[in-house]
Amino acid sequence: MWLTSKIKQVLLVLKPGVVTLKYPFEPRPVPKNFRGAPHWDHHKCVGCGACSDHCSARTILVRDLCQELRVMLYDASRCTYCGKCADICPEKAITMTERFELATDNREDLTERLELFMLTCKRCGRCYDMENTNLIERLDMKGYRYDNLEQRAFIRKTTEQFDEKMLKKSDEYKRPTKVEA
Amino acid sequence: MLSNIAKKFFPRSLWVYHCNSGSCNGCDIEILNVLTPYYDVERFGIKLVASPRHADVMLLSGGVTRPTLHLVRKAYDAMPAPKLVFGIGSCATGGGSWFDTYNVSGGAEKAVKVNYFIPGCPPRPEAIIYGVALALGLVDKKASPMEMKQVEFPIDMYQMNKAWEDRNVIYQLLND
Repeated sequence: MWLTSKIKQVLLVLKPGVVTLKYPFEPRPVPKNFRGAPHWDHHKCVGCGACSDHCSARTILVRDLCQELRVMLYDASRCTYCGKCADICPEKAITMTERFELATDNREDLTERLELFMLTCKRCGRCYDMENTNLIERLDMKGYRYDNLEQRAFIRKTTEQFDEKMLKKSDEYKRPTKVEA
Repeated sequence: MLSNIAKKFFPRSLWVYHCNSGSCNGCDIEILNVLTPYYDVERFGIKLVASPRHADVMLLSGGVTRPTLHLVRKAYDAMPAPKLVFGIGSCATGGGSWFDTYNVSGGAEKAVKVNYFIPGCPPRPEAIIYGVALALGLVDKKASPMEMKQVEFPIDMYQMNKAWEDRNVIYQLLND
C-alpha cells in the first residue's frame, strides 16, 4: 500500500524533527582544534622569519625596507591554514583563531601587514640575519629577504616573475656600515 | 554594488553550476555537503544544475590548470549574461601551494573574472554558505586588511643619520 508507506515515512521524519541549521542568521561555533585564520601579535613578534621559511604555500613574505624596519606581509589568498607558522613560532606570536568567515570580493581584504622595528647588534651593528644555507635554494632564490611585496612572490631566478631590475637593486643594496672604533 | 546587482537580477533563486578546474576534490565535497539537508541551501533557492547554460553562478574550485584553462573560459562564456563567479578554496583564490608552478595558471582570476572569493583549504560548509549569503546581501563582510606597526619609523632616518655623521668631524677623524 502506498498510503501506509507514506504514513510510515512521515512518522520516521517526525522522530528527528528539523535538523537544518539556521546558519547565516545564527552563529555556529567551530569544533575543537579548528584552525581558522592566523593572527599575528605584533608586540610579541621578533621578526626572525621562521614562519616565512616554513610556510608551505610561501604566503608570508619578508622584506627589509631599511636596516631597522622589516615588513612581514601575510597574504591569505593562498594560505592553506596548515598551522605550521603557529607551531614554529619561537615567541608564540602567531595564533590560529577561530575566524572562518573570510569570504570577500577583494583579495586585499585578506592581508595582514606587520612593520617591525629591528634592533641592531651592539657589536656588529647589524640586525638579526638568517642565512640561507640550503644550496639548491641559494642557486634558485635571491634570499627570502628580498621578497617582492608588489607581486606577492619570491624573487626566483627561474620564473617569469623574475625582475632584473629588482635583482640588481637587491644586489647593490648595502647595509649602512658603522665605523669601527 | 555587486550585492545590489545580485538583488536586482536574482530576486528569487541562484542556480549554480559547479566547475572543477583541477581541484583535489576537497572543496567539491564541501560544496556537496552544503546541498545536504543539514546545511540545506535550497532554502535560499540555490539549486545545482548540470549545464552552464542554465546557471547564474559558477562555483569554481581548484587553481585553474593548463589543460582546463580554455575549458573554464568556454564554460564561463556559455553562461547567460548576469553571472557571478565564486572562487572556492585557496587554490581558486590565489593558486594554493602551486601558484607559481609550470602547469597551474595560479588562481581562478587568471582565467575568468571572479566576483567573490571564499578562502579555506577546504572552506567549511558554513564558510561557503556565508559567501553565498554575502552575495545575496544577507550578511555583512567581516574580513578587512590589517596593518600593524610596532613603532612609527621615518624611512629617511638613515639618510639623516648619514648626514649627521658626515657633518660630525669626529667620524672623519676616526676614519683616518
